[in-house]
Amino acid sequence: MKFSIQINEGPYQHQASDSAYMFAKAALEKGHEIFRVFFYHDGVGNSTRLTTPPQDDRNIVNRWAELGEQHNLDMVVCVAAAQRRGIVDDGEAERNGKDATNIDPRFRISGLGQLIEAAVQSDRLVVFGD
Amino acid sequence: MSELHTVNKSPYEKSSFDSCVGYAVAGSAILLMEDGVYAAMQGGATEAKVKSAQGVKFYALGPDMKARGLSEDRVIEGVEIVDYAKFVDLAEEHSKVVSWV
Repeated sequence: MKFSIQINEGPYQHQASDSAYMFAKAALEKGHEIFRVFFYHDGVGNSTRLTTPPQDDRNIVNRWAELGEQHNLDMVVCVAAAQRRGIVDDGEAERNGKDATNIDPRFRISGLGQLIEAAVQSDRLVVFGD
Repeated sequence: MSELHTVNKSPYEKSSFDSCVGYAVAGSAILLMEDGVYAAMQGGATEAKVKSAQGVKFYALGPDMKARGLSEDRVIEGVEIVDYAKFVDLAEEHSKVVSWV
């Protein structure tokens, strides 16, 4: 079955990203397909490669990046939410005149159309928020 | 068209559990997860509602219960404790997933 996942909250403050990760992992282990993971609102904070938690804590960003790498997941960050919160890739840095980028290369920045398409193309859309 | 509802907040913090139970129709399922697992415990304000919901099956996410130190022995009768794999199965078995966030 084809799943898509929407995450509305950032890492460490809420459980949403952890729950979504565990769900995604379980779905992949069962042989399901994940069409897209869409990071919305504060959820865009799950994509900054500069995240540095203490060594004895889970690295939520790296964990997503590794799962994405392993299963070639399409992990999309909402552009408007990202701009507000300072999540930047090369294109956004150039367009908005920023001096740095911080997005992990496993993620990509795009628009809300990607969420709608995920809802249409997938058998189930599962939302994780607060 | 049966639905899987997920409730992730304690019934003592938010009204999403009550809203969800009021909305859920026979044949649907309610998965209690994150702080929502508190609604699965015996002796609380939710016990009567869980027991009287006609044709609605309740589940509670075991890892979230464990993370909160909640004993499986104290779960309301009829509530099934599940893992993430079963969460995926429930999402597959029902025609849509409604998140009461």
